Amino acid sequence: MNNDQTLIKIRDLHFARGNRVIFDGVDIDIPRGRVTAIMGPSGTGKTTLLKLIGGQLQPARGTIEVDGLNVHKLSRSALYKLRMRMGMLFQTGALLTDLSVYDNVAYPLREHTDLPETMIRRLVLMKLEAVGLRGARDLMPSALSGGMARRVALARAIALDPMMVMYDEPFTGQDPISMGVLAQLVRRLNDAVGLTSILVSHDVEETAGISDYIYVINGGKVLEQGTPDQIDTSSSEAVRQFMSGLPDGPVGFHYEAPPLQEDLLSMRGGR
Amino acid sequence: MLDTLALFGRKGIQALERLGRGHLLLLQILAGITSLLPRLGLLVAQIQSIGVRTVVIVAVSGLFVGMVLGLQGYYVLSQFAAEDSLGVMVAASLVRELGPVVTALLFAGRAGSALTAEIGLMKATEQLSGLEMMAVDPIRRILTPRFFAGFISMPLLAAMFSAVGVLGGYFVSVGLLGVDDGAFWSQMQAKIDWNEDVVNGVIKSLVFGVVCTWIALFQGYDTVPTSTGVSRSTTQTVVHSALAVLVLDFVLTALMFGE
Repeated sequence: MNNDQTLIKIRDLHFARGNRVIFDGVDIDIPRGRVTAIMGPSGTGKTTLLKLIGGQLQPARGTIEVDGLNVHKLSRSALYKLRMRMGMLFQTGALLTDLSVYDNVAYPLREHTDLPETMIRRLVLMKLEAVGLRGARDLMPSALSGGMARRVALARAIALDPMMVMYDEPFTGQDPISMGVLAQLVRRLNDAVGLTSILVSHDVEETAGISDYIYVINGGKVLEQGTPDQIDTSSSEAVRQFMSGLPDGPVGFHYEAPPLQEDLLSMRGGR
Repeated sequence: MLDTLALFGRKGIQALERLGRGHLLLLQILAGITSLLPRLGLLVAQIQSIGVRTVVIVAVSGLFVGMVLGLQGYYVLSQFAAEDSLGVMVAASLVRELGPVVTALLFAGRAGSALTAEIGLMKATEQLSGLEMMAVDPIRRILTPRFFAGFISMPLLAAMFSAVGVLGGYFVSVGLLGVDDGAFWSQMQAKIDWNEDVVNGVIKSLVFGVVCTWIALFQGYDTVPTSTGVSRSTTQTVVHSALAVLVLDFVLTALMFGE
């Protein structure tokens, strides 16, 4: 293991989808043992950033180092080895729908270890206990609510005791109780197990409440970075607009388009 | 005019790219056999899902195709007082052509479409991405066992189709139309050649097994991860498989039986 206090170093990251630039020279450092939030309006590429860190997407330019390893220069087997030390919680949970809750959590253990079933059972029950769903072990994913599915996915993500967990919009679409439970779980797991957590979200209050450090990104750039208090008192108008949820400001609500009047009066057929 | 030309060019390049992706996927699937061998349980589970669940439709179809062959064959052969050769005609038609071809078409409709929908939905619900992030290769873990299950199941299903078809033909010929029992079986035994007929039929069904399963898996893996995308891929699996089977059947027949 690398002793550098920074677990993830992102330098000069460029990434585009077709003609649309998602990242235009982004630098981000994720410190070990902390909860770091990546925040920004929808469509700014927060989920894309997690996929780039996990090596599922290739940047156009720039480097991403995880624990001293350049993710996009690794061989396939080295990348898979690194992924065994990364956990990821997808927005949808991404549970395997033909397996029960128990088998979903046991899945990475069965795939990557030679542990006997008795040991796997103990580990699975401990992970499920940590997310409060030991009693739901026999349920199928289709019988779970959205919040429960994400907690099961979290138990699965930490099954191999990874060094870090990436959370992709964990609070989206959750009722206030589930949201509070999930937020506390993220914080508690981070502190109890000594994880490094990267939390991608646009839920300002919950995220700021549990984060040690926040990056706000928009328009392919890092707009602001700092502790939640520093972000709260930021002088950047765009950051203030995002954190306070204001409709007017530098962050536009409309997707790029010609002026409305011109569009309405256009004689062009179709759309 | 130039726009139309550009459109054709773009479509052509897209089709070639897709063909390339399909072949790369096939190579990756085949390379996965090393990780499949120590875990044959995965293969057995997929043979159950892909092969065993297709048995009923194949057996029922085989029975009726054999019965129709008996009726039609009797009508033609009786005009030349050659109805004793009905067993040969039924068996040769089934073993050489109808067994492998109709089984492949049924397989594409039943198992192929199910495979595409399953893989496509796994992609749409991020299950494949989830596996990748758990350091599990979805091609080796999900696609390779399904591919070899299709490859193994197809000739067995085709053999079952032909066997049940022969019984259907026997029922109609001997049971209903009064063809001589001994002539039906003895002529079949004398005229159906092991290499020429049976082995060639098995080779055909092995080829169809590879092609149909490959098309189904690729359509699912390469699908646009939306409900419309999965629906379109499922339809394409059936259409592309049917066309591929019929074209390949002609090519294989020409190679095997052509002078």
